[in-house]
Amino acid sequence: MNPAVLIASVYVFALAAFLGYQVISRVPPLLHTPLMSATNAISGISLIGSLVLAGAGNSRFAHLLGFVAVTAATINVVGGFGITDRMLKMFGKRLDAKAPKTSGSK
Amino acid sequence: MSLASYFMEGTYLLASILFVFSLKGMSHPETARRGMFLAEAGMLAAIIGTLVGEHIVTWGWIIAGLTIGSIIGAWMAVSVPMTAMPQRTALSHAFGALAAALVGVGEFVTHGAQMGVVTRGALGFEVMLGALTTTGSLIAAGKLQGVIRGKPIQFRGQNAINLVISVAMTGSFVFFWIHPEVIAAFYSMLGLAFVFGVMLVIPIGSADMPVVMSLLNSYAGLAAAATGFVLGNNVLIIAGTLDGFSGFILSVLMCKAMNRSITNVLFGGFGAVIAEAATETGGMMREINIEDAAMQLAFANRVIFVPGYGLATAQAQHAVRELADVLEDRGVTVKYAIHPVAGRMPGHMNVLLAEANVSYSSLYEMEQINPEFPSTDVAVVIGANDVVNPDARDNPKSIIAGMPILEVDRARSVIVLKRGQGRGFSGLENPLFFKPCTTMLYGDAKSSLSHLAQAIQHV
Repeated sequence: MNPAVLIASVYVFALAAFLGYQVISRVPPLLHTPLMSATNAISGISLIGSLVLAGAGNSRFAHLLGFVAVTAATINVVGGFGITDRMLKMFGKRLDAKAPKTSGSK
Repeated sequence: MSLASYFMEGTYLLASILFVFSLKGMSHPETARRGMFLAEAGMLAAIIGTLVGEHIVTWGWIIAGLTIGSIIGAWMAVSVPMTAMPQRTALSHAFGALAAALVGVGEFVTHGAQMGVVTRGALGFEVMLGALTTTGSLIAAGKLQGVIRGKPIQFRGQNAINLVISVAMTGSFVFFWIHPEVIAAFYSMLGLAFVFGVMLVIPIGSADMPVVMSLLNSYAGLAAAATGFVLGNNVLIIAGTLDGFSGFILSVLMCKAMNRSITNVLFGGFGAVIAEAATETGGMMREINIEDAAMQLAFANRVIFVPGYGLATAQAQHAVRELADVLEDRGVTVKYAIHPVAGRMPGHMNVLLAEANVSYSSLYEMEQINPEFPSTDVAVVIGANDVVNPDARDNPKSIIAGMPILEVDRARSVIVLKRGQGRGFSGLENPLFFKPCTTMLYGDAKSSLSHLAQAIQHV
């Protein structure tokens, strides 16, 4: 890695850290579980590194590593987004759920 | 640079922006779901961009991996019950970290010889963090699922052994950094990191899991960010850093909510050595039966429910909501008090109650609800213990001294739903149970709550 790229990467890291701090400290405790699950799914972005390894790796061993990595990262991404959505759906339906509640308990 | 490469970089930039927007959406429950769609779109764009822009020569492995991963991931997303959310999240951390570690190993195998000093350093971090997060998360998931004993596993000289392992791991890393041609150094670093992950999590008790989960979340993200440094890929750095910092912020919040430092959680082995600090509380625990408890609730004006991990184990979230509905129909004001570390992961109780259709506007954080306890007629504690232990506030010698608590003992009366007379998870005596205003309702929380609801309807 040449020094210019390294320095640019460090800038990206530092700015992302700052941005992350700003954005995430505004998330209410109510949503901490979905937040963890969502950021976890987002960090499954290492999938794109896995894809390159599985598809362009130049040895059988590299392909195999890539295959396992793609599988693991995909589980992380699909499972993570899926479950986050399931949780957020529960938080979102609250407003409609309020109406039938007064008419009696289920 | 070819057109395909520009396209790929474009999708990466788009993905980075969408990820930030999606997390911004998380600041309110109304916008959170829409935010997640943005993140999903960003992820999809980045995947397509990679497949178009990189020189992919063999498709078989990619298609197989994507298919198998999607099937397992979708199955997990659909089938896992909300009560098992902490285990699932821990497992997911393990998979993400494993992917990062394997990409690192792959990079070492294919380009190890040509790597510069900086890339090797980043690679070392990626592989170490990835490997220790993988095994650490698996152990955490095992503990949460009950496959592994939840109590801290400790033995003589544990910290010394951990120190030796971490020194050996760091040593292998430095050796690999200086002499990349010695393959053994790289693999011993990898192996030691796997072992270190196990050693790091086994001495931690289940009650401290919220901190551990947040830390593992952070490590998994940082491993992905390190991958970005190795591959020179900015979207990996951005997404990984966002995850890393989110986990870090959560760990700090969780530690604050327990008045402990991260070092103390990791190396203190909470819940193992307590005994002497327990106060001699004297007095008796008064038992109450369903009918009397129902009477007390039915004629109250204000009731606050205080859920703890026991609510999750008893799967009683729906039963609580039904009881609350019955009470609200009688005109009782019902609120829920949520302690930040109640349960096994940050926000665990909120998710459970949301599943049972409890409106998020009736879920209150500790600082908001504490001033309301003195004007509350009945506080109902459901499977919570340490988070309502007044010793944390009153007894400076207590092991949990200084931990912020929900001040249920200030309520006019307290009903504690508890399985039996035992001391609960931390093994700590809880003076709340001996207070004159407190009565105990023994039995399974779920059946107690539904019996209460029935009894109130007959009042």
